[in-house]
Amino acid sequence: MCALCGVLGGRGHWTESAAAPEAFASRAEAHTRARERQTRTRLVNNVLGHYGLRLGDWSGGSHVLRGPTGRTALVNNLSEMWAAADDLSHQPCDPLDPELLKRLERR
Amino acid sequence: MGAFSEQTPINVITGFLGSGKTTLLKGLLAAPDLSDTAVLINEFGAVGLDHELVQSVAENTLLLDNGCLCCAIRGDLQGALRDLLSQRQSGQVPYFRRVVIETSGLADPAPIAYTLLAEPVLQHHFRLGGIIATVDAVNGGGQLQRFPESVKQVAVADRLIVTKIDLADPVQIATLHTSLRRLNKSASIVEVADGDSQPPTLLTDDMYDVAGREREISQWLAAEVGEDALIHDHADHIHSFALTFHSPLDWTAFGIWMTMLLHSHGDNVLRIKGLLNVAGVPTPVLINGVQHIVHPPSHLPAWPSEARHSRIIFIVRDMDQVTIEASLTAFNKLANPGAAPGQAA
Repeated sequence: MCALCGVLGGRGHWTESAAAPEAFASRAEAHTRARERQTRTRLVNNVLGHYGLRLGDWSGGSHVLRGPTGRTALVNNLSEMWAAADDLSHQPCDPLDPELLKRLERR
Repeated sequence: MGAFSEQTPINVITGFLGSGKTTLLKGLLAAPDLSDTAVLINEFGAVGLDHELVQSVAENTLLLDNGCLCCAIRGDLQGALRDLLSQRQSGQVPYFRRVVIETSGLADPAPIAYTLLAEPVLQHHFRLGGIIATVDAVNGGGQLQRFPESVKQVAVADRLIVTKIDLADPVQIATLHTSLRRLNKSASIVEVADGDSQPPTLLTDDMYDVAGREREISQWLAAEVGEDALIHDHADHIHSFALTFHSPLDWTAFGIWMTMLLHSHGDNVLRIKGLLNVAGVPTPVLINGVQHIVHPPSHLPAWPSEARHSRIIFIVRDMDQVTIEASLTAFNKLANPGAAPGQAA
Protein backbone atom coordinates (compact mmCIF):
# COMPACT_ATOMS: atom_id res chain seq x y z
CA MET A 1 0.00 0.00 0.00
CA CYS A 2 1.12 3.54 -0.64
CA ALA A 3 1.70 5.02 2.81
CA LEU A 4 0.88 8.54 1.67
CA CYS A 5 -2.23 8.11 -0.43
CA GLY A 6 -3.54 4.87 1.05
CA VAL A 7 -4.03 3.17 -2.32
CA LEU A 8 -3.80 -0.58 -1.99
CA GLY A 9 -1.57 -2.44 -4.42
CA GLY A 10 0.35 -1.18 -7.40
CA ARG A 11 -0.63 -0.20 -10.87
CA GLY A 12 -1.61 -3.15 -13.06
CA HIS A 13 0.91 -4.69 -15.40
CA TRP A 14 1.41 -2.56 -18.53
CA THR A 15 0.11 -5.35 -20.80
CA GLU A 16 -3.31 -5.26 -19.11
CA SER A 17 -5.54 -2.62 -20.62
CA ALA A 18 -6.93 -1.87 -17.14
CA ALA A 19 -3.49 -0.42 -16.27
CA ALA A 20 -4.11 2.43 -18.71
CA PRO A 21 -7.86 2.73 -19.29
CA GLU A 22 -7.43 6.12 -21.02
CA ALA A 23 -5.38 4.52 -23.79
CA PHE A 24 -8.15 2.07 -24.66
CA ALA A 25 -11.18 4.22 -23.87
CA SER A 26 -12.13 4.62 -27.53
CA ARG A 27 -12.53 0.85 -27.95
CA ALA A 28 -15.93 0.21 -29.53
CA GLU A 29 -16.41 -3.44 -28.55
CA ALA A 30 -17.44 -4.40 -25.03
CA HIS A 31 -14.36 -5.47 -23.11
CA THR A 32 -13.97 -7.17 -19.77
CA ARG A 33 -10.91 -7.99 -17.73
CA ALA A 34 -11.98 -11.64 -17.53
CA ARG A 35 -12.25 -11.92 -21.30
CA GLU A 36 -8.85 -10.29 -21.74
CA ARG A 37 -7.34 -12.81 -19.29
CA GLN A 38 -8.90 -15.70 -21.20
CA THR A 39 -7.59 -14.42 -24.52
CA ARG A 40 -4.13 -13.85 -23.07
CA THR A 41 -4.03 -17.34 -21.63
CA ARG A 42 -5.16 -18.90 -24.92
CA LEU A 43 -2.62 -16.99 -27.02
CA VAL A 44 0.32 -17.48 -24.71
CA ASN A 45 -0.29 -21.21 -24.52
CA ASN A 46 0.48 -21.40 -28.25
CA VAL A 47 3.96 -20.14 -27.40
CA LEU A 48 4.41 -22.07 -24.16
CA GLY A 49 3.56 -25.34 -25.92
CA HIS A 50 6.94 -25.10 -27.67
CA TYR A 51 8.59 -25.53 -24.28
CA GLY A 52 6.20 -28.17 -22.90
CA LEU A 53 4.54 -25.62 -20.60
CA ARG A 54 0.92 -24.68 -20.02
CA LEU A 55 -0.64 -21.67 -18.31
CA GLY A 56 -3.93 -21.89 -16.45
CA ASP A 57 -6.10 -19.52 -14.47
CA TRP A 58 -5.73 -19.40 -10.70
CA SER A 59 -8.83 -18.10 -8.94
CA GLY A 60 -9.31 -15.27 -11.42
CA GLY A 61 -6.38 -13.30 -9.97
CA SER A 62 -3.12 -15.08 -10.68
CA HIS A 63 -2.06 -17.77 -13.12
CA VAL A 64 -0.46 -21.14 -12.58
CA LEU A 65 2.27 -22.26 -14.95
CA ARG A 66 2.76 -26.02 -15.26
CA GLY A 67 5.99 -27.60 -16.46
CA PRO A 68 6.45 -30.89 -18.31
CA THR A 69 7.27 -32.76 -15.10
CA GLY A 70 4.32 -31.40 -13.15
CA ARG A 71 6.21 -28.64 -11.36
CA THR A 72 4.16 -25.47 -11.05
CA ALA A 73 4.71 -21.79 -10.41
CA LEU A 74 2.22 -19.08 -9.51
CA VAL A 75 2.65 -15.94 -11.58
CA ASN A 76 0.91 -12.57 -11.49
CA ASN A 77 1.74 -11.18 -14.92
CA LEU A 78 3.51 -11.96 -18.17
CA SER A 79 6.87 -10.59 -17.03
CA GLU A 80 6.88 -12.95 -14.03
CA MET A 81 5.67 -15.77 -16.24
CA TRP A 82 8.66 -15.70 -18.62
CA ALA A 83 11.10 -15.96 -15.73
CA ALA A 84 9.16 -18.96 -14.39
CA ALA A 85 8.99 -20.44 -17.89
CA ASP A 86 12.79 -20.39 -18.19
CA ASP A 87 13.00 -22.11 -14.83
CA LEU A 88 10.39 -24.82 -15.47
CA SER A 89 11.53 -25.61 -19.01
CA HIS A 90 15.27 -25.41 -18.20
CA GLN A 91 15.85 -23.33 -21.32
CA PRO A 92 15.67 -19.66 -22.26
CA CYS A 93 12.33 -18.69 -23.76
CA ASP A 94 13.38 -16.47 -26.65
CA PRO A 95 10.88 -14.92 -29.12
CA LEU A 96 13.66 -14.64 -31.72
CA ASP A 97 14.37 -18.40 -31.66
CA PRO A 98 13.94 -19.60 -35.30
CA GLU A 99 12.49 -22.94 -34.15
CA LEU A 100 9.79 -21.18 -32.14
CA LEU A 101 8.96 -18.89 -35.06
CA LYS A 102 8.70 -21.88 -37.42
CA ARG A 103 6.25 -23.50 -35.01
CA LEU A 104 4.15 -20.34 -34.82
CA GLU A 105 4.13 -19.99 -38.61
CA ARG A 106 2.92 -23.60 -39.00
CA ARG A 107 -0.14 -23.02 -36.85
CA MET B 1 -4.24 6.79 -7.67
CA GLY B 2 -4.85 9.31 -10.43
CA ALA B 3 -4.33 8.74 -14.12
CA PHE B 4 -0.72 8.55 -15.21
CA SER B 5 -1.05 11.89 -16.99
CA GLU B 6 -2.14 13.58 -13.72
CA GLN B 7 0.92 12.54 -11.72
CA THR B 8 3.83 14.91 -11.09
CA PRO B 9 6.23 14.57 -14.04
CA ILE B 10 9.92 14.04 -13.45
CA ASN B 11 12.36 15.08 -16.14
CA VAL B 12 15.85 13.65 -16.24
CA ILE B 13 18.70 15.79 -17.52
CA THR B 14 21.69 13.63 -18.19
CA GLY B 15 24.90 14.06 -20.16
CA PHE B 16 28.60 13.47 -19.88
CA LEU B 17 30.84 15.44 -17.53
CA GLY B 18 31.09 19.08 -18.62
CA SER B 19 28.51 18.77 -21.38
CA GLY B 20 26.40 21.68 -20.10
CA LYS B 21 23.62 20.05 -18.07
CA THR B 22 23.49 22.72 -15.38
CA THR B 23 23.78 25.58 -17.86
CA LEU B 24 20.81 24.17 -19.75
CA LEU B 25 18.83 23.71 -16.55
CA LYS B 26 19.65 27.21 -15.32
CA GLY B 27 18.26 28.69 -18.54
CA LEU B 28 15.11 26.59 -18.37
CA LEU B 29 14.38 27.44 -14.73
CA ALA B 30 14.40 31.14 -15.56
CA ALA B 31 11.11 30.67 -17.47
CA PRO B 32 8.04 31.64 -15.38
CA ASP B 33 6.25 28.48 -16.57
CA LEU B 34 8.86 26.36 -14.79
CA SER B 35 9.16 28.35 -11.56
CA ASP B 36 7.21 25.65 -9.67
CA THR B 37 9.89 23.03 -10.36
CA ALA B 38 11.85 21.12 -7.72
CA VAL B 39 15.40 20.16 -8.66
CA LEU B 40 17.45 17.19 -7.47
CA ILE B 41 21.13 17.29 -8.33
CA ASN B 42 23.53 14.39 -8.02
CA GLU B 43 26.70 16.47 -8.12
CA PHE B 44 27.27 20.18 -8.00
CA GLY B 45 29.43 21.45 -10.84
CA ALA B 46 30.99 24.76 -11.76
CA VAL B 47 27.68 26.40 -12.65
CA GLY B 48 25.59 27.48 -9.67
CA LEU B 49 21.81 27.27 -9.63
CA ASP B 50 19.91 30.10 -8.02
CA HIS B 51 16.57 28.41 -7.59
CA GLU B 52 14.14 28.21 -4.70
CA LEU B 53 14.02 24.47 -4.41
CA VAL B 54 17.31 22.69 -5.14
CA GLN B 55 18.43 19.63 -3.21
CA SER B 56 21.54 17.54 -3.52
CA VAL B 57 21.42 13.77 -3.37
CA ALA B 58 24.28 11.27 -3.22
CA GLU B 59 23.98 8.76 -5.99
CA ASN B 60 23.54 5.18 -4.85
CA THR B 61 21.89 2.20 -6.42
CA LEU B 62 20.33 -0.78 -4.69
CA LEU B 63 20.83 -3.81 -6.88
CA LEU B 64 17.98 -6.26 -6.83
CA ASP B 65 18.38 -10.01 -6.50
CA ASN B 66 18.29 -10.60 -10.25
CA GLY B 67 21.37 -8.41 -10.65
CA CYS B 68 19.88 -6.55 -13.58
CA LEU B 69 21.49 -3.13 -13.69
CA CYS B 70 18.57 -1.29 -15.26
CA CYS B 71 16.02 -2.79 -12.86
CA ALA B 72 17.65 -1.33 -9.78
CA ILE B 73 16.08 1.02 -7.28
CA ARG B 74 18.04 4.22 -6.93
CA GLY B 75 18.04 4.46 -3.14
CA ASP B 76 19.02 8.11 -3.16
CA LEU B 77 16.10 9.08 -5.36
CA GLN B 78 13.72 6.91 -3.43
CA GLY B 79 14.55 8.79 -0.23
CA ALA B 80 14.79 12.24 -1.80
CA LEU B 81 11.51 11.97 -3.69
CA ARG B 82 9.63 10.55 -0.70
CA ASP B 83 10.95 13.45 1.38
CA LEU B 84 9.93 15.98 -1.25
CA LEU B 85 6.47 14.49 -1.43
CA SER B 86 6.06 14.59 2.31
CA GLN B 87 7.37 18.17 2.51
CA ARG B 88 5.00 19.27 -0.26
CA GLN B 89 2.02 17.74 1.47
CA SER B 90 2.88 19.35 4.80
CA GLY B 91 3.63 22.72 3.21
CA GLN B 92 7.30 22.68 4.28
CA VAL B 93 8.39 23.43 0.72
CA PRO B 94 6.70 25.56 -1.96
CA TYR B 95 4.18 23.55 -3.97
CA PHE B 96 5.91 22.11 -7.01
CA ARG B 97 4.30 20.68 -10.15
CA ARG B 98 7.41 19.19 -11.73
CA VAL B 99 10.72 17.69 -10.65
CA VAL B 100 13.97 17.78 -12.59
CA ILE B 101 16.73 15.33 -11.74
CA GLU B 102 20.17 16.34 -12.96
CA THR B 103 22.27 13.19 -12.97
CA SER B 104 25.99 12.88 -12.55
CA GLY B 105 28.02 12.74 -15.74
CA LEU B 106 28.48 9.00 -15.58
CA ALA B 107 24.94 8.04 -14.55
CA ASP B 108 22.77 5.50 -16.29
CA PRO B 109 19.24 6.93 -16.64
CA ALA B 110 17.56 3.47 -16.75
CA PRO B 111 17.48 2.87 -12.96
CA ILE B 112 15.81 6.27 -12.52
CA ALA B 113 12.99 5.15 -14.83
CA TYR B 114 12.73 1.86 -12.92
CA THR B 115 12.62 3.59 -9.54
CA LEU B 116 9.69 5.79 -10.60
CA LEU B 117 7.70 2.88 -11.96
CA ALA B 118 8.46 0.18 -9.42
CA GLU B 119 8.85 1.96 -6.09
CA PRO B 120 5.57 1.37 -4.20
CA VAL B 121 5.02 4.96 -3.01
CA LEU B 122 6.56 6.90 -5.87
CA GLN B 123 4.60 5.07 -8.57
CA HIS B 124 1.38 6.60 -7.22
CA HIS B 125 2.61 10.19 -7.25
CA PHE B 126 5.26 10.62 -9.93
CA ARG B 127 5.76 9.64 -13.53
CA LEU B 128 8.71 9.87 -15.86
CA GLY B 129 8.67 12.88 -18.18
CA GLY B 130 11.15 13.34 -21.00
CA ILE B 131 14.80 12.31 -20.69
CA ILE B 132 17.14 15.00 -21.99
CA ALA B 133 20.78 14.32 -22.78
CA THR B 134 23.33 17.05 -23.36
CA VAL B 135 26.26 16.35 -25.69
CA ASP B 136 29.24 18.66 -26.04
CA ALA B 137 29.74 19.58 -29.73
CA VAL B 138 33.52 19.70 -29.32
CA ASN B 139 34.19 16.64 -27.15
CA GLY B 140 30.99 14.64 -27.57
CA GLY B 141 32.17 12.58 -30.55
CA GLY B 142 35.25 11.37 -28.69
CA GLN B 143 33.27 10.65 -25.55
CA LEU B 144 30.86 8.48 -27.55
CA GLN B 145 33.85 6.51 -28.85
CA ARG B 146 35.48 6.03 -25.47
CA PHE B 147 32.76 5.93 -22.83
CA PRO B 148 29.85 3.47 -22.89
CA GLU B 149 28.11 5.67 -20.28
CA SER B 150 27.87 8.46 -22.86
CA VAL B 151 26.47 6.09 -25.51
CA LYS B 152 23.81 4.82 -23.10
CA GLN B 153 22.76 8.36 -22.13
CA VAL B 154 22.28 9.28 -25.79
CA ALA B 155 20.49 6.02 -26.64
CA VAL B 156 17.78 6.34 -23.98
CA ALA B 157 17.13 10.09 -24.39
CA ASP B 158 13.97 11.70 -25.77
CA ARG B 159 15.85 14.89 -26.66
CA LEU B 160 19.49 15.45 -27.50
CA ILE B 161 20.90 18.91 -26.83
CA VAL B 162 24.15 19.54 -28.66
CA THR B 163 25.85 22.25 -26.61
CA LYS B 164 28.72 24.67 -27.28
CA ILE B 165 28.20 24.71 -31.06
CA ASP B 166 29.78 28.17 -31.08
CA LEU B 167 33.07 26.47 -30.13
CA ALA B 168 32.93 23.63 -32.69
CA ASP B 169 33.53 23.67 -36.43
CA PRO B 170 30.76 22.70 -38.86
CA VAL B 171 32.40 19.36 -39.75
CA GLN B 172 32.59 18.39 -36.06
CA ILE B 173 28.93 19.24 -35.60
CA ALA B 174 27.83 17.34 -38.72
CA THR B 175 29.84 14.25 -37.74
CA LEU B 176 28.39 14.32 -34.23
CA HIS B 177 24.89 14.72 -35.63
CA THR B 178 25.37 11.58 -37.73
CA SER B 179 26.65 9.60 -34.72
CA LEU B 180 23.72 10.75 -32.59
CA ARG B 181 21.18 9.82 -35.24
CA ARG B 182 22.73 6.34 -35.59
CA LEU B 183 22.35 5.80 -31.88
CA ASN B 184 18.91 7.30 -31.46
CA LYS B 185 16.54 7.59 -34.34
CA SER B 186 13.63 9.13 -32.49
CA ALA B 187 15.11 11.88 -30.32
CA SER B 188 14.87 15.43 -31.55
CA ILE B 189 18.29 17.07 -31.83
CA VAL B 190 18.63 20.69 -30.75
CA GLU B 191 21.86 22.64 -31.25
CA VAL B 192 22.62 25.42 -28.79
CA ALA B 193 25.39 27.95 -28.40
CA ASP B 194 26.51 29.56 -25.17
CA GLY B 195 23.79 31.93 -23.99
CA ASP B 196 20.97 30.33 -26.00
CA SER B 197 17.89 29.68 -23.92
CA GLN B 198 15.46 26.86 -24.54
CA PRO B 199 11.66 26.98 -24.40
CA PRO B 200 9.87 25.39 -21.41
CA THR B 201 8.32 22.85 -23.82
CA LEU B 202 11.70 21.12 -23.80
CA LEU B 203 10.63 19.85 -20.37
CA THR B 204 6.86 20.02 -20.50
CA ASP B 205 6.12 18.13 -23.73
CA ASP B 206 6.13 14.38 -23.33
CA MET B 207 4.13 11.28 -24.17
CA TYR B 208 1.88 11.65 -21.11
CA ASP B 209 1.38 15.39 -21.06
CA VAL B 210 -2.16 16.12 -22.24
CA ALA B 211 -1.24 19.46 -23.80
CA GLY B 212 2.10 18.47 -25.29
CA ARG B 213 1.81 14.86 -26.36
CA GLU B 214 0.78 15.60 -29.96
CA ARG B 215 3.77 17.93 -30.43
CA GLU B 216 5.98 15.29 -28.84
CA ILE B 217 4.82 12.51 -31.15
CA SER B 218 5.06 14.63 -34.29
CA GLN B 219 8.62 15.53 -33.23
CA TRP B 220 9.81 11.97 -32.91
CA LEU B 221 7.99 10.82 -36.02
CA ALA B 222 9.64 13.66 -37.96
CA ALA B 223 13.04 12.90 -36.46
CA GLU B 224 13.13 9.34 -37.73
CA VAL B 225 11.80 9.89 -41.26
CA GLY B 226 14.38 9.81 -44.02
CA GLU B 227 17.34 8.86 -41.88
CA ASP B 228 17.51 5.17 -42.79
CA ALA B 229 20.69 5.55 -44.81
CA LEU B 230 22.59 6.63 -41.71
CA ILE B 231 21.61 3.73 -39.53
CA HIS B 232 24.27 1.10 -40.09
CA ASP B 233 27.12 -0.60 -38.28
CA HIS B 234 27.96 1.64 -35.40
CA ALA B 235 31.19 0.84 -33.64
CA ASP B 236 29.38 0.28 -30.36
CA HIS B 237 27.01 -2.22 -31.97
CA ILE B 238 24.15 0.00 -30.89
CA HIS B 239 21.84 1.05 -33.66
CA SER B 240 18.36 2.37 -34.16
CA PHE B 241 15.66 1.42 -36.63
CA ALA B 242 11.94 1.78 -37.17
CA LEU B 243 9.44 -0.91 -38.10
CA THR B 244 6.14 -0.15 -39.77
CA PHE B 245 3.20 -2.54 -39.59
CA HIS B 246 0.35 -1.91 -41.98
CA SER B 247 -2.04 -4.41 -40.38
CA PRO B 248 -3.44 -3.57 -36.95
CA LEU B 249 -1.59 -5.14 -34.03
CA ASP B 250 -3.40 -7.23 -31.46
CA TRP B 251 -2.68 -5.71 -28.03
CA THR B 252 -2.66 -9.04 -26.19
CA ALA B 253 -0.31 -10.68 -28.70
CA PHE B 254 1.90 -7.58 -28.65
CA GLY B 255 2.13 -7.73 -24.85
CA ILE B 256 3.08 -11.42 -24.95
CA TRP B 257 5.76 -10.71 -27.55
CA MET B 258 7.24 -7.64 -25.93
CA THR B 259 7.41 -9.09 -22.41
CA MET B 260 9.13 -12.17 -23.84
CA LEU B 261 11.54 -10.03 -25.87
CA LEU B 262 12.43 -7.85 -22.89
CA HIS B 263 12.76 -10.89 -20.64
CA SER B 264 15.30 -12.54 -22.93
CA HIS B 265 16.95 -9.50 -24.56
CA GLY B 266 16.13 -6.55 -22.29
CA ASP B 267 19.80 -5.79 -21.66
CA ASN B 268 20.20 -5.17 -25.38
CA VAL B 269 16.92 -3.37 -26.03
CA LEU B 270 17.87 0.09 -24.85
CA ARG B 271 14.73 1.89 -25.92
CA ILE B 272 11.40 1.21 -27.60
CA LYS B 273 8.96 3.94 -28.57
CA GLY B 274 5.92 3.32 -30.65
CA LEU B 275 2.69 4.62 -32.09
CA LEU B 276 0.46 1.56 -32.47
CA ASN B 277 -2.63 0.88 -34.51
CA VAL B 278 -4.25 -1.56 -32.07
CA ALA B 279 -7.03 -3.75 -33.44
CA GLY B 280 -10.39 -2.51 -32.18
CA VAL B 281 -9.02 0.79 -30.83
CA PRO B 282 -9.69 3.75 -33.15
CA THR B 283 -7.11 6.07 -31.56
CA PRO B 284 -3.33 5.50 -31.60
CA VAL B 285 -1.78 3.81 -28.58
CA LEU B 286 1.66 5.00 -27.48
CA ILE B 287 4.25 2.71 -25.92
CA ASN B 288 7.43 3.72 -24.16
CA GLY B 289 10.10 1.39 -22.81
CA VAL B 290 13.61 1.80 -21.41
CA GLN B 291 15.38 -1.57 -21.28
CA HIS B 292 13.28 -3.95 -19.12
CA ILE B 293 11.07 -1.09 -17.99
CA VAL B 294 7.82 -0.37 -19.84
CA HIS B 295 5.54 2.47 -18.87
CA PRO B 296 1.76 2.15 -19.03
CA PRO B 297 0.55 2.92 -22.55
CA SER B 298 -0.72 6.39 -23.42
CA HIS B 299 -2.73 7.55 -26.41
CA LEU B 300 -3.35 10.39 -28.83
CA PRO B 301 -6.88 11.73 -29.33
CA ALA B 302 -6.54 11.26 -33.11
CA TRP B 303 -4.10 9.95 -35.72
CA PRO B 304 -1.51 12.56 -36.74
CA SER B 305 -2.08 11.79 -40.45
CA GLU B 306 -4.21 9.72 -42.79
CA ALA B 307 -1.80 6.79 -42.51
CA ARG B 308 -2.89 4.56 -39.64
CA HIS B 309 0.22 2.42 -39.52
CA SER B 310 1.95 1.15 -36.42
CA ARG B 311 5.42 2.67 -36.17
CA ILE B 312 7.85 1.29 -33.62
CA ILE B 313 11.34 2.65 -33.07
CA PHE B 314 13.94 0.33 -31.55
CA ILE B 315 17.34 1.25 -30.19
CA VAL B 316 19.20 -2.02 -29.74
CA ARG B 317 22.62 -3.50 -29.22
CA ASP B 318 23.72 -6.41 -31.45
CA MET B 319 20.21 -7.31 -32.54
CA ASP B 320 18.90 -7.86 -36.04
CA GLN B 321 16.05 -5.77 -37.45
CA VAL B 322 14.78 -8.48 -39.81
CA THR B 323 14.54 -11.10 -37.05
CA ILE B 324 12.70 -8.73 -34.73
CA GLU B 325 10.21 -7.85 -37.44
CA ALA B 326 9.63 -11.53 -38.35
CA SER B 327 9.13 -12.40 -34.70
CA LEU B 328 6.56 -9.68 -34.00
CA THR B 329 4.72 -10.57 -37.23
CA ALA B 330 4.54 -14.24 -36.19
CA PHE B 331 3.27 -13.38 -32.70
CA ASN B 332 0.66 -11.00 -34.09
CA LYS B 333 -0.70 -13.85 -36.20
CA LEU B 334 -1.47 -15.75 -32.99
CA ALA B 335 -4.53 -13.52 -32.68
CA ASN B 336 -5.18 -13.15 -36.42
CA PRO B 337 -4.07 -16.35 -38.14
CA GLY B 338 -5.13 -15.12 -41.61
CA ALA B 339 -3.73 -11.58 -41.34
CA ALA B 340 -1.25 -10.24 -43.86
CA PRO B 341 2.31 -9.92 -42.53
CA GLY B 342 3.63 -6.58 -41.38
CA GLN B 343 6.13 -4.69 -43.43
CA ALA B 344 9.19 -2.97 -42.11
CA ALA B 345 10.16 0.47 -43.31
